[in-house]
Amino acid sequence: MNEVMVLVDIGSTFTKVTAVDMEKRVVQSRSAAPTTPADVSVGLQNALEGLNLAKGVLQPARVLACSSAAGGLRMVAIGLVEDLTAKAAKQAALGAGARVLKTFSFQLTEEDREEIISLRPDIILLAGGTDGGNTENILHNAKVLASLPEPVPVVIAGNRSVAQEVARCFPESFSTSIAANVMPQIGKLQVEPAREAIRRVFMEKIIYAKGLTKASRLINGIFMPTPAAVLRAGQLLSEGTAVTKGWGDLVIVDVGGATTDVHSLGDGMPTKTGVVVRGLPEPYAKRTVEGDLGVRVSVVSLTEAVTVPVMAEATGWSEERVEERVRMLNDQPETLPTNAEEVFFDQILGYQAVRLGVGRHVGKLSELYTPSGLVWIQDGKDLSKVSRVIGTGGVLINSDAPLTMLEGAQQAEVASLELRPESPQYFLDGDYILAAMGLLAQEHPETALTVLQNSLGEHELSRRDM
Amino acid sequence: MEARTLVLGVIGSDVHAVGNKILEISFKEAGFTVVNLGVLVSQKEFVEAALETNADAIMVSSLYGHGEIDVRGLREALIEAGIGDILMYIGGYLVVGSQEWSEVESKFKQLGFDRVYPPSTLPEDFIPTLKSDLGM
Repeated sequence: MNEVMVLVDIGSTFTKVTAVDMEKRVVQSRSAAPTTPADVSVGLQNALEGLNLAKGVLQPARVLACSSAAGGLRMVAIGLVEDLTAKAAKQAALGAGARVLKTFSFQLTEEDREEIISLRPDIILLAGGTDGGNTENILHNAKVLASLPEPVPVVIAGNRSVAQEVARCFPESFSTSIAANVMPQIGKLQVEPAREAIRRVFMEKIIYAKGLTKASRLINGIFMPTPAAVLRAGQLLSEGTAVTKGWGDLVIVDVGGATTDVHSLGDGMPTKTGVVVRGLPEPYAKRTVEGDLGVRVSVVSLTEAVTVPVMAEATGWSEERVEERVRMLNDQPETLPTNAEEVFFDQILGYQAVRLGVGRHVGKLSELYTPSGLVWIQDGKDLSKVSRVIGTGGVLINSDAPLTMLEGAQQAEVASLELRPESPQYFLDGDYILAAMGLLAQEHPETALTVLQNSLGEHELSRRDM
Repeated sequence: MEARTLVLGVIGSDVHAVGNKILEISFKEAGFTVVNLGVLVSQKEFVEAALETNADAIMVSSLYGHGEIDVRGLREALIEAGIGDILMYIGGYLVVGSQEWSEVESKFKQLGFDRVYPPSTLPEDFIPTLKSDLGM
């Protein structure tokens, strides 16, 4: 085993590197440098030089990387029925760490084709039909996609009866790959093979398109989208390894300037009696991305979702002042708060992004009166008994009051129909190592788990009122 | 020949689960591929499941007397989805009280069902009919 392993996270603004002492199972040193979009290897080299490594150690060290630079992994997901294979395809793409630009269902129209051209996806995930089920829809859509002016890598994960035939619709320039159906039967979700296929395409094709080729000379392997690495870290932390017990069900929240990501690990089955689960089964490792919830680039849409009166009430500011500040943050997203009031305003924004993001991620209950009495219907995952919520991302990690924001995850009302965590413990990814450990987990899960548990354990956030 | 696919479920706000399981087992034993949606199934779920699985027939159960309201518009929804000619059966306690069976049957046939079965019908009573309707 290497003495030191170096984990790299090439973000859109910073390139972060973490060196792990494999024998002692501790973070040996960390460093970051601004990402250099024109040639990311420059920023990576700068970051690596910032590591406090003894001379000659870096050379033999194994270097693994993930990236969310150059807009991340941009994908379009396509299925047949919106609530079935299209939803499963979207879930598979999100779990692979992609930004899902749009999900299409049924037969693609001429307008859809135009829209896909303008969205310029890096990869298209094409699903539709259960195994042995509908074939015409996916074949129709393959023919439409095959006529796109620029070739796009296509991952085919639909009805396996026609998978080969679908692949044959495309000219060779498209580089298709076939994965198992994202929904082999009604009521059965199978997103892992498609996620794996997407990751492979990302590794083999996309890093070249994203100008990461030069950086790849400094890197030994496992190039994955950063959100996929974070989800992998969550999975490891939740499930544990053959030797070490995991933490069980958990939720990870990442608030950013543009989006809020929520990851949940857990089967999400009902925790109360008399509840019937409806809809498509939920993946154990589930990721959702809210493109309208962010504290800078998306501050206008976040405020729209929260509403100005609510923001005014929470901050104690006048509505005019709230609107003015929001306009300011939108015009100059690099703005940092300069006084206590502005810091507090940012905290409220963060809190609201967490509250809405988690609210959309969790399952919901609805009442149904039947002749045999009241029945509760559950749509989505029941996360009410989740015992740990972890915050990550620059907005939370660099804040003085991450707990204030993270508490937005929690159930506030007693009789709410949202199945949010009721009374979790909160942790902060204070060493910024979730993505790094997700990478390390691919090769050394035991070490990654030890480092993760120790680091998060040191950053448990205790409540002020306790 | 390839197994035929049936979409099976109890429609509406109906939670009667036992008969549904018996039907699933009977159809499977008769060699069908069964997509069982269980209880509390909406029209939308029947239509979408039939679409994705390219089903050959839809088997609707209703055991609480509100079937007529629940199935109204289902055939039309299937037509909209482009699978309007799919074979569709219904059975169970379809109406409240003791109405004349011939009236009940003709009512549900008008609602778009190809076959309508009264309570206490046994699987062996309709599986041969189903096979012949499907040209098996």
